[in-house]
Amino acid sequence: MAKPEQCSNCNKPATIHLTQIIDNKIHKVDLCEDCPYKQSVTDPEGFSLADFLIKDPSSIGGESSVKCEVCGFTPADFKKTGRFGCPHCYESFKATLEPMLSNMHKGTVHRGKVPEKALARLSKKRRLDQFEEDLREAIESENFEEAARIRDLLAEAKDSIKKA
Amino acid sequence: MLITPLIEEKAELTDGGLAPEPIVLSTRIRLARNLANEAFPGWADTPQRESVMERCFEKLTPLNALQDGVFLQISDLTDLEKQVLVERRLVSRELIESKDGAGVLIAPSQGLAIMINEEDHLRIQGLHSGFNFLRTWDEVDALDSKIEDCLDYAFSDDYGYLTACPTNVGTGLRASAMLHLPGLVMRGHMEKVVRMVNQLGLAVRGSLGEGSEATGSIFQISNQQTLGESEQQILKRLINILHAIIQQENNARGVMLEKQPEVIFDKIGRAFGILQQGHLISSQEAINLLSLLRLGVDIGMLPEEKRAKIDRMTMEVQPGHVQCTENADIEPEERDKLRSSRLREQFATFPELDFNNIQWIPNPQTDTEHGTNE
Ligand SMILES: [Zn+2]
Ligand SMILES: [Zn+2]
Repeated sequence: MAKPEQCSNCNKPATIHLTQIIDNKIHKVDLCEDCPYKQSVTDPEGFSLADFLIKDPSSIGGESSVKCEVCGFTPADFKKTGRFGCPHCYESFKATLEPMLSNMHKGTVHRGKVPEKALARLSKKRRLDQFEEDLREAIESENFEEAARIRDLLAEAKDSIKKA
Repeated sequence: MLITPLIEEKAELTDGGLAPEPIVLSTRIRLARNLANEAFPGWADTPQRESVMERCFEKLTPLNALQDGVFLQISDLTDLEKQVLVERRLVSRELIESKDGAGVLIAPSQGLAIMINEEDHLRIQGLHSGFNFLRTWDEVDALDSKIEDCLDYAFSDDYGYLTACPTNVGTGLRASAMLHLPGLVMRGHMEKVVRMVNQLGLAVRGSLGEGSEATGSIFQISNQQTLGESEQQILKRLINILHAIIQQENNARGVMLEKQPEVIFDKIGRAFGILQQGHLISSQEAINLLSLLRLGVDIGMLPEEKRAKIDRMTMEVQPGHVQCTENADIEPEERDKLRSSRLREQFATFPELDFNNIQWIPNPQTDTEHGTNE
């Protein structure tokens, strides 16, 4: 019965042994009973080995001073937590993310459900923002005919959002 | 207590849902979702977390699927209440350990629940007893679409639903089944099964002693990959592998019953004796004994309708539940006494085990989803 492994997280004797094969490479994790990483069978979220893999410092950009311009998250924060700071981080860290995703998943492009309604709302909102910017420009450049035209479009667009 | 209605209600996993079946104890699907333009819960500060939670409560509580449900802020709960929610698989450990601004919405059947500000802003979960992926998916998918009507999700054309951890990005889908595999455990085949399942890109979880033992011979099997495939493809792959495991388990039981029926009879008979007469039973032991009795029902030693009773007891022997029914924090030894006395009461009403009427028809109910519905 006795297995000599130590917990991958602390140094206590490991009693839980997990194996997983990702891309034909075998990864093993040994954990002790009390380790915070231990999660029982009944835990809805269970345990994900990938959490360990991505904490490997070599897997995301080294010393770089890149920061997510939206939330201020850095690669060092990612190393520490294995989580991103905000949705925009996926853009900010795109270069280091892609190889990680292709290691973890079947592919690197989404092939599943799309939130149609949320996207439609978003594109309408983007259109409004664009109209408002165009309108401001037209007024600034004293192109009042153009400004009147845009104002009509803007009113129409706002109206259609209200109705939706 | 705030959670009293949840325990007293017959729920999806305790005698109130679909009729329980052999081998597949339950089916669970969860979707990870986040709000656009908001820091993920782990990076957000308390005011941000609280404002997200308020927004979610405001928009989600009126949804039809959650009508008459229970809405809880984690900070309002006692430790015991939190533990019971975890034991019922309605929330994760991560949620109950999280900072301020975490909550959960639970539908009356407890078959749908939404965790707020766990690792992601929303974790939408559907849970059914038995082998019911397609039905569970339909319900979770419908609830997700309703939520999308009133909240803007963080979504990218390339990466799909954006999640705090890149292991969940894309579909945000984790589908899992809890399997009762005493045959494979007794035959010593679990290690082989774990290896096979791992090779196919799925995870097997549980306190796998030597890769072969888990409490109650219960194993959770789930997909690991969420990006690059559609939800249907992910589910189909998982369902196919589960069918293979179910077949293996049926074979193992068949072989045991043919070659060494006394070994199984002895184990089940002893388990029954301890449950009827024991006075100090720990939750671990109780779950192991109940697991054997469930096998007893499967092979015809006890009437079919006892399976749901056994499942309910398996839930209620857990430490949090034992304390909750007494409404007090109780020391472990005292708990063992209480647990055993409740088990003695329950099993006093059971008929004698029938060793002469073993019915072993492999795989009667679990084929219904075999690729035909979808
Ligand atoms: Zn440890
Ligand atoms: Zn960010």
